[in-house]
Amino acid sequence: MSGWTRLDAFLRTDPRDVGCDETLRVLEIYAELTAADPAEARSRFPGVAAHVASCGPCAQDLAGLLELIRAEQDAADGADDGGLPAAPR
Amino acid sequence: MPRDRANPAAAPARGGARRAAAEEPQRVTATRGGALDEASTTWLRTLAADGAERDAACARLHDLLRRAAHREVARRAGQLRTTGTELDDLALQAADDAMVSVLGKLGEFRGESRFTTWAYKFVVLEVSSKVARHRWHHDAPTVAETDWSALPDRLGLGPEAYAVQRDLVRAVRRAVEAELTERQRGVFVAAVLDGVPLDVLAIELGSTRGALYKSLFDSRRKIRERLVADGYLDTLVRHR
Ligand SMILES: [Zn+2]
Repeated sequence: MSGWTRLDAFLRTDPRDVGCDETLRVLEIYAELTAADPAEARSRFPGVAAHVASCGPCAQDLAGLLELIRAEQDAADGADDGGLPAAPR
Repeated sequence: MPRDRANPAAAPARGGARRAAAEEPQRVTATRGGALDEASTTWLRTLAADGAERDAACARLHDLLRRAAHREVARRAGQLRTTGTELDDLALQAADDAMVSVLGKLGEFRGESRFTTWAYKFVVLEVSSKVARHRWHHDAPTVAETDWSALPDRLGLGPEAYAVQRDLVRAVRRAVEAELTERQRGVFVAAVLDGVPLDVLAIELGSTRGALYKSLFDSRRKIRERLVADGYLDTLVRHR
């Protein structure tokens, strides 16, 4: 990718981008949908998908929530207590 | 939650109604059918109970939030210049604050996700803000000379011919100086050239993540429009 192409990708904004506040408002809904079916999440919340693609802090928060959802699912699948496993220490 | 693990068949069918709900999150509830999973129902019932039942539910919730906070802090430990007890303290503080938020906002839970996912969001956001404050405290942004030569690295440009990088930096700099307000310029320089994370910059400027993101969003658009007008990006426009 040439320098100008990369610059263009960085500067290009997505008009569907809903911003941080709206993204954080629906983050738990978007995260659960993403954990179940990422394509469905993107198609139902294109503005949130556009946002987390270019906002580092919101993408970080989404990644954290996704990891917790997956840890809970793993615990539910593998153990009967359904509890979130303790953080690795 | 949209996919009830206990009963996969309960997942709503895909179709027009769900597509129409795109971008209108307030309609998600209506399309979900409103049935809460059993675990979430139990959380709500026990947290709203009296006496020993509520105490036990609160203890269970705090334990869950504490473990979630430790896990999230561990995930983000690389962003912090600390280890050990300070990380534990940060996680515990985040869990305590998330607990207050969850109990205070129970009435706002709409059942659009599992209860625990909704509660974890408070943990993640508390950890996020505490990590930002920690980073700001230990590594506050400094006002320095604007270093435009950092731009190619910040954009992740590969080893380009010197002349290409020089032209690119010059064009962006001219657009920044001509098109952005002083405030937008300050945010752009700090976030893009100096690489200050938005959350950390928000603390420094007494602003919010959302406001700074919007500022950067507008700046990116204005700079790009200028570069298109100046003929730097026109071929790319035609390609797409
Ligand atoms: Zn954001």
